[in-house]
Amino acid sequence: MFQRKNIPLLATFGVLVVLLVVASVLYRNFLTPLNFANILRNYAFLGVIAVGMTFVILSGGIDLSVGTVMGFSTILLARLISVQGVPALPAICVVLAVGCAFGAGLGLVIHTYRLPPFLVTLSGMFLAKGISFVILPSAQKIDSSWFAELASFKLKVFGNAPLTVTTMIFFAVVSIGIAIAHFTRFGRNVYALGGAESSAVLMGLPVGRTKIAVYAISGCCAALGGIMWAMNSTSGNPAIGLGTELDAIACVVIGGTLLTGGVGYVVGTLAGVLVFGTIATVIRFQGLESSDARIALGILLLAFITMQRIVVQGAARGSRMAT
Amino acid sequence: MGNSSRKPSLFLHSSVLWPALGMALLLLFNLIYDPDFFRIGMRDGRLYGDIVSILLQASKLIPVVVGMTLVIATGGVDLSVGSVMAVAGTLAAMLVASASMPVAAAILIAVLVVMLIGSVSGVLVAYVRVQPIVATLIFMVLGRGMAMRLTKGMGVPIENEAFLFLGGGYVLGIPFAVILVFAFAAAVAVFLHKTAAGLLISAVGDNASASRLCGIRQARLKIGIYAFSGVCAGIAGLIAAARVQSAEPARMGELLELDAIFAVVVGGTALTGGRFSLAGSLIGAILIQTLVWTMQKLGVPSDVTPVPKALVILLVCLLQSPRFRAQLTAPFRRNPVMKAPA
Repeated sequence: MFQRKNIPLLATFGVLVVLLVVASVLYRNFLTPLNFANILRNYAFLGVIAVGMTFVILSGGIDLSVGTVMGFSTILLARLISVQGVPALPAICVVLAVGCAFGAGLGLVIHTYRLPPFLVTLSGMFLAKGISFVILPSAQKIDSSWFAELASFKLKVFGNAPLTVTTMIFFAVVSIGIAIAHFTRFGRNVYALGGAESSAVLMGLPVGRTKIAVYAISGCCAALGGIMWAMNSTSGNPAIGLGTELDAIACVVIGGTLLTGGVGYVVGTLAGVLVFGTIATVIRFQGLESSDARIALGILLLAFITMQRIVVQGAARGSRMAT
Repeated sequence: MGNSSRKPSLFLHSSVLWPALGMALLLLFNLIYDPDFFRIGMRDGRLYGDIVSILLQASKLIPVVVGMTLVIATGGVDLSVGSVMAVAGTLAAMLVASASMPVAAAILIAVLVVMLIGSVSGVLVAYVRVQPIVATLIFMVLGRGMAMRLTKGMGVPIENEAFLFLGGGYVLGIPFAVILVFAFAAAVAVFLHKTAAGLLISAVGDNASASRLCGIRQARLKIGIYAFSGVCAGIAGLIAAARVQSAEPARMGELLELDAIFAVVVGGTALTGGRFSLAGSLIGAILIQTLVWTMQKLGVPSDVTPVPKALVILLVCLLQSPRFRAQLTAPFRRNPVMKAPA
C-alpha cells in the first residue's frame, strides 16, 4: 500500500480528506448526506466518462473526443426519442452502440496506421461536434414519460439523501471498471500495453485488440455519460460537452493515474471525481466565478502532475522516460 | 524522419507540394463556383474581395501557426495558445481602457506576461518532463481562467485608435494585420534560415538523444520555443481583439489551437517532430480559412464546419502514415509491398 507508485493515489485521498475537512469547517452543512448526494448527482456523468478515460490513459493513450461524443449522444438520444418516436430503452441501446462503435473506429485508425492518439481523437472531437449539429441544430426536450420517470427515480438513503439512477450507474460503472482493470486478462493487457508497448508485443499480447477495445470502452462511457447528462436535464443539446474531456482527464490525473500509462487505479479516478466535485461545489458555495474554478483546477493539476513526475523520476532514475 | 527507404517516396516528396496542391484545388473549386472569386476591387483606397477577406481572417491564425510549427518541430505541441490569446488580448485591452496606459506599454506588458506563461510550460516540458500535451493543457485551463478573472468574464470594448489600427488599419490599401503577420512570419523564417536555430530545433525534434550527445542544450531551447509560442499567441490575441473591437475573455481563441495544429499538420510538418516547413504551415493556415470561407459560401451552417476539418486532418494524418501509403500504392506496384515500419 505504501509503495512508491501508490504515493499519487494516497495523495489524492489526502487532498480529498483535507478538502472535506476545510469545506465542513467553512460550511456547517457541507458534510451532509444530502449535499454529498447532490455532488454525486451533478458529477456522476463526468465520473463515468473519467472511468472510460482511465482505461485509455492506462493503456498509454489519450481520448480527446469524449466531451463532444457525450454532447453528440445527448442530441442523438433526444432525436431518436422525440423526433423519430423510438421507445426510450431501444434508443438508449442505440446511443450506447453508436458511442462504442465511434470509439472502436478511432482505436482502429490509431492502431492500424500507428497514428498519435491525440491527433486521431482530436479529429474525432471535431467530427462528433459537427455531426451533433447535423442531427439537430438546437436543444431538444426528451418526450418520454418512461425516461422522465427513470430520471426522477430516487432511493432514499441515510435519512433523506436522494440516490438517483445516475449516481447508481456511476457506482456500477466504477465497480465494473475496477473488476475489469484488476481481475481480468484484458485488464492486465491494458496495464502491460501502457507500461511498455514493445514489450507487450514481444510477449505476444493482443495489442491491437486491446487498444481498439480501450477506445471502444471510452466511447461507450462517453455515450453513457451523455445519456446521464440527458437524464439530469431531460433534454439533448448539440452545443454541450466541449471541455468535458479536459475535466475527465483532470479527474483521472488527480486520481493518481500516470499519464505515461501503465500505472494507476480506477478507484483513484473515483477519488479524483470527488475532489473535482468538491472543489466545484465549494467554489459555488463561496459564490465565486466559474473562472475561479478553472484556476483552482489548473493549479491542482499543476501540483499533481509535478508531484507525479517527481515520484516517477525518483523511482526510475537512470532510465530515460519518454517526454 | 525514420523512413527506411532512401528512395524518394511518391507522397510528400516536397513538404510544400501537397498543401499547395490542396490549396490549388480548393481555389479552383471556388473559381468554378464563383467566377468573381479572385476579383479584387478598390474602395475608399482599400482593397477588398474574397481573397482579402480570407487573408484578413487568417491574420489571427498565422502568428499562432508560426509558433506552433516550431513547438511541433521539437516534438511537442502547444494546446494553450487559444487561452493565451485571450490573456494577451484581454490584458492589453484592460490596461488601455481602465488604466489608460499608452498602447505600446500595454502591448509590451501583455506580451511579456504571455511570454512568461509560455516559458512556464516550457519549464514543465523541459525540466519536469511533463508530456507537452499535458503541460500546455494545464495552461489552457489556467489561462482561460485567468483571462476571465481579469474582467469577471465580461468583454472589454476597445476604443483606442492605435489599438484598433492593429486589426482594422490599412497601409497602401492592404490591411495592416495582414502585412504585420506576413512580415512577422518572414522575419522568423529569415532568422531560422540565417542562424543555427532552425537546425537545432529540427535536431531536437528528430532525435532527442542524438542531439543531446551533440551538446545541444535542449532544455533551454525548448523553454525558449514555448516562450516564443506564447508570444506568437499573444500577438494573435492582440490582432483578434482589435479585429472585433472588443476583448472577449471567454470566447477569444476558443478552439484556435486545433486550427493551428491542423494548419501545421496539413503543411507537412510531422507531429513526431523533426523537419518542419514554415511555408507549408502558412499555406495550411490560409487553406483552413479558405475551407471555412468555402463552407460559408456553400451555405453549410458554421456549427457543422468541424466535420470537413476533421476529415481533412484525418486524411492528412493517414497520408503521413507509412502503412497507409503502402496500402494505397500497393495495387500499382509489381513487387509485394514490404511490411511498413512500425
